[in-house]
Amino acid sequence: MAKHKTPMLDELEKGKWPSFVSDIKQEAENREKTNVDLQAPKDACSDLLGLLELTYVDKVVHWKHGGIVGVFGYGGGVIGRYCDQPDQFPGVRDFHTIRVNQPSSKFYSTEFLKQLCDLWERRGSGLTNMHGSTGDIILLGTTTPQIEEIFWELTHNLDQDLGGSGSNLRTPSDCIGMGRCEYACYDTMALCYNLTMEYQDELHRPAFPYKFKFKFDGCPNGCVASIARADMSVIGTWRDDIRIDQEAVKGYVGGEFKPNAGAHSGRDWGTFDIQKEVIGLCPTHCMEWDGKKLKIDNKECTRCMHCINVMPRALRIGQDTGASILFGAKAPILEGAQMSTLTVPFMKIEDPYDELNGLIEKVWDYWSEEGKNRERLGEMIQRVGFQKFIEVCELEPDPRMIQEPRSNPYIFWKEEDVPGGWDRDVKEFRKKHQR
Amino acid sequence: MGYDPKDPLKDRITDIGPRNYEDFLPPVIKENYGKWLYHDILEPGVLVHVSETGAKVYTVRVGGCRLMSVTHIREICEIADKHCGGHLRFTTRNNIEFMVDDESKLKPLMEDLESREFAGGSKKFPKGGTGAGLTNIVHTQGWIHCHTPAIDASGIVKAVMDELFDDFKDMRFPAHVRISLACCLNMCGAVHCSDIAILGIHRMPPMLDHEHLGNMCEIPLAIAACPTGAIKPATVDGKKSVAVNNERCMFCGNCYTMCPSMPLADEVGSGVALLVGGKISNRISEPKFSKVVVPFIPNEPPRWPSTVDAIKKILYAYVEDAKKYERLGDWAERIGWERFFEKTGLPFTGHLIDDYRFAYTTWRQSTQFKF
Repeated sequence: MAKHKTPMLDELEKGKWPSFVSDIKQEAENREKTNVDLQAPKDACSDLLGLLELTYVDKVVHWKHGGIVGVFGYGGGVIGRYCDQPDQFPGVRDFHTIRVNQPSSKFYSTEFLKQLCDLWERRGSGLTNMHGSTGDIILLGTTTPQIEEIFWELTHNLDQDLGGSGSNLRTPSDCIGMGRCEYACYDTMALCYNLTMEYQDELHRPAFPYKFKFKFDGCPNGCVASIARADMSVIGTWRDDIRIDQEAVKGYVGGEFKPNAGAHSGRDWGTFDIQKEVIGLCPTHCMEWDGKKLKIDNKECTRCMHCINVMPRALRIGQDTGASILFGAKAPILEGAQMSTLTVPFMKIEDPYDELNGLIEKVWDYWSEEGKNRERLGEMIQRVGFQKFIEVCELEPDPRMIQEPRSNPYIFWKEEDVPGGWDRDVKEFRKKHQR
Repeated sequence: MGYDPKDPLKDRITDIGPRNYEDFLPPVIKENYGKWLYHDILEPGVLVHVSETGAKVYTVRVGGCRLMSVTHIREICEIADKHCGGHLRFTTRNNIEFMVDDESKLKPLMEDLESREFAGGSKKFPKGGTGAGLTNIVHTQGWIHCHTPAIDASGIVKAVMDELFDDFKDMRFPAHVRISLACCLNMCGAVHCSDIAILGIHRMPPMLDHEHLGNMCEIPLAIAACPTGAIKPATVDGKKSVAVNNERCMFCGNCYTMCPSMPLADEVGSGVALLVGGKISNRISEPKFSKVVVPFIPNEPPRWPSTVDAIKKILYAYVEDAKKYERLGDWAERIGWERFFEKTGLPFTGHLIDDYRFAYTTWRQSTQFKF
């Protein structure tokens, strides 16, 4: 028998898409009958349903603002959460979140997940997010005394650490990369893991002006959306030629292979037309098809991936691969949304990643010094100017970094730009020019 | 053995990071790492990747709620143990991927997944989310666990995905469509480059809890948090507090993030805005931001019918009219935004004309428009 009546939430059990309400209900029932010596409230799930039902009636959230909790020695990884109706819903009186650093590309062994489930059933609500927006495994809801216990068991029994929160390096994340994708221009999983390990201190102990996110996309398709949501976006690319298998091109033209790996097979789009669907859609018009041979003027190619996506059996990324490094993406708060700006057009990405580490540390040093409280890197770059930013990065200006040159002539010349400097004698001036 | 509250630093382990991904890779992935040649989508939700060694990995992608119980995760593990040698993965968009190394293992896996339903009748593991169709909605916490939301997250996602369920399981769209939800402007799930973004917004300035504000908040931080400079210090009934120039409030909620005594959320004031036409990928056109096309829809729990209806109008106008490979934003730009509002039937209002910083660049400085 359910502890609280939830007529509005029950409506969300209907329909075909997996119902989170049904799932929370099954967890509530299991907690009711389990033999596990639960350390967190038995009613956590049923009271959460009750609280959410009340929210559906009131249409205003019933969680209080913040609350400082954590594990000793870390400044992040745990987020305090308290219900504003604790008497009515004691099972969620304190309901803190634990962020657990997910493995690269979110591959798991069931052995690990089952261990995590056992831990979280006993010491938490039994509810999770697989995964949170930044990429962490989110353990949703536990009480204050359980936090150190959970951390102890995670580190000792699961060989597993917490993720980031607050003004620190947030848990890095990456696309599937070389694990299962032919477009990966560098090893995203290895880079994500290595940088996460390299910067453990920055991840656990907030010392930055605000949050900082790394995300690693293996190619310009951008499956992990780094360009929109990472302060540093590493996006795979190449600088030599697209590899062409001319026989396979004919296979697509002749209808032997489905274009775009069969992605459009739910509708009859007619016979594949290479001229219209590939050559004609190339943003730089750098391709030609004469009926027998596909030609690509690679020097003019901007590596948008369209032709490769349409004919994956015929076209492959180049072999001189690496990544473009962009900085400064963020959501709208505060100065409006920003996407990352291309800063290093091409960098080889190979273990031990010294060049990338050097760049990261230059950026962090400057931002830590110059950034205002709660100013994201992208906002700071807008404030100090991109010219200053590349100077900080010790990079030479490159037309690849810009969409177009400035249209206003208000150049902030520096004194050293002008031969002889800015010192002039107005008396000497007046000798030639009367007032 | 275990944590000792009397001696919290005893045997403490810190800074060990995540588990090494190599511990978790299925053998076929490990053996063919970096050797993949090409892939095919065999049917919606089913992929095959072919390695230069000749090996193949078959993947079944199923939708998941990102909110998951340990009971549900254990069921996922049971399936992976039975069919996939004890391995699985999750995608960036909250889908679950089950992988097998032989085609013969595919059918029993798919049948098993298809057969499982929650007690309420919904599917536990709907197959789909590939190619030119709809994939899972990425979203934030919403009312279930966040303290600043303007809208719920899981409930709206469920309502929208129920309605668009068939298109999760199909690939009839001109290009892939990414829907994302963020329950407030903080956008912990960055939705600002999505084909369709569902965003929680406020329309009422913060309430001021003068009684407690001086004690609860660092007043200078609350003042500095306001992007329009609308907050100034004030003394109310002898207590230190703040005053807000409501005319200048842009309802971003940044003050509330810094000061719990300035709550914004309201039954009438808070609700949904819809943004469309953003993209992440560099394919054909450059990445672009989503644009606000519906300024406000009230919260309508439990199934948000007006929000669902507006999304369907946008989505199906696009599906009907766009050319093959054209993303929603590319379509809107090609036909022109005046046509977008005509074809979707959405009303165009003054709220949709930008009046924030750099707004000028979004107005039209040409005579090239359509009647």
